[in-house]
Amino acid sequence: MTDFKMPSLGADMEAGKLAQWLVAPGDKVARGDVVAVVETQKGAIEIECFDAGEVAELVAKVGQTLPVGALLARIGSPGAAEAGTVPPAAPAPTGQAAPIPGPEPVFAQAPQPSVEPGAILASPAAKARAAEARVALSEVAGSGPGGAVLLADVDRHIAARPAAPPTAKPGLDMAEMRRAIAAAMTRSKREIPHYYLSHEIDLQTAQDGLAALNATRTPDRRLLMGALLVRAAVRALDKVPELNGRYEAGTAPARSEAVHCGVAVSLRGGGLIAPAILDAATKDTDALMAAMRDLVARARAGRLRMSEITQGTITVSSLGESGVDALFGVIFPPQVALVGFGTPRVRPMIRDGGVAARLAVTVSLAADHRVSDGRRGALFLAEIDRLLQEPLTP
Amino acid sequence: MTRNEIRAAFLADMTEVAPDLDPAAIGETDRFQDDLGLDSMDFLNLVSALHKRFGLPIPEADYSRLVTLAMALDYLEEALGP
Repeated sequence: MTDFKMPSLGADMEAGKLAQWLVAPGDKVARGDVVAVVETQKGAIEIECFDAGEVAELVAKVGQTLPVGALLARIGSPGAAEAGTVPPAAPAPTGQAAPIPGPEPVFAQAPQPSVEPGAILASPAAKARAAEARVALSEVAGSGPGGAVLLADVDRHIAARPAAPPTAKPGLDMAEMRRAIAAAMTRSKREIPHYYLSHEIDLQTAQDGLAALNATRTPDRRLLMGALLVRAAVRALDKVPELNGRYEAGTAPARSEAVHCGVAVSLRGGGLIAPAILDAATKDTDALMAAMRDLVARARAGRLRMSEITQGTITVSSLGESGVDALFGVIFPPQVALVGFGTPRVRPMIRDGGVAARLAVTVSLAADHRVSDGRRGALFLAEIDRLLQEPLTP
Repeated sequence: MTRNEIRAAFLADMTEVAPDLDPAAIGETDRFQDDLGLDSMDFLNLVSALHKRFGLPIPEADYSRLVTLAMALDYLEEALGP
């Protein structure tokens, strides 16, 4: 039996509110399955489980605000004997805080039926299930004696109704998000000695290749320049791998084999989130583009996964099409580098001894001087430039 | 399709791509990128949704005709024919 606990979704996170369970006792889960949704400063985040097994017990209730490390559920090991014969889990680590006595947990209430409540016959189990699932008993066709609503009727009703539409406003508390950004950025500027480099890159070849390719494709398969820029940055890490990794206080800087590339997404209400494309180095341009589309859509809808917001090893921030020339970023701790792309713009550049109008972008690097030096950083930006001059390979 | 039907379909796709926008608050002449804050990824997702719904190719060369709701409705009306 293993304990499934409230995860930490960032150094600044102290507690999270359980918004939804996506599993029930008895369900089989595999490592990496999304099992719950937790509301945090970064919006609603889908939480994956770290163990395979069978859900034995859901300990936390939907609506409860619980500190990081609090027990959420118990998961039985696959193939383990009866739950009762498994020794009890080790005591909780010391220092684990008691549940935060925040606002009263909001338990789901059944909407008031339109007819007198007394008029609806329903079994206690059906009532409880309906309340839990926010189903009005008046809407459920009862199959019990005298038309009474039974548990099975409620379950059938729930199964038949359309999937809940995604919340239009993704439970984002902008003040909370602002606080999270403030905490991370203050820590970054306090702890990380940044150095900055910038370089102008001719994008005309890449742009011509992109336009020619997109002309042959339907909109759902088109690429954006942003995907080419991210791919070039990810590939350039081959040459300067020390920019890809994490540096936690009190430990040695750790390079990462995998590139989990954070992509900064600005939210229209204000605020910013940088979920990671996992294993970005293994993806070709098309796959990277698909991953970015998916990530942006889910960031807007407030449906990111825990691994995406906790495992980044480097971040790319782009101003997109309607920004300014250059962006000098603040590293997202505990990462050690951030690549910034300004808005591509047609500029005069010297080509073959003459002035030519070319699409160009300014790329910048903000890097941790404890981990790398300017010369290596310069090599990295030059490599991004070189890669962007290659013919486009989707 | 009437212009109103196209408008309703367009706004449905738009709010799917940008769930944080209120369709009632989108004015005829609001520019998607500059006024409503759609980025290039949102815009491409919108074009993809319109392509899927209407079966139109919508080449990149036509993007400049999809700047505001009024312009987009003109474009779609014309492309879909009478």
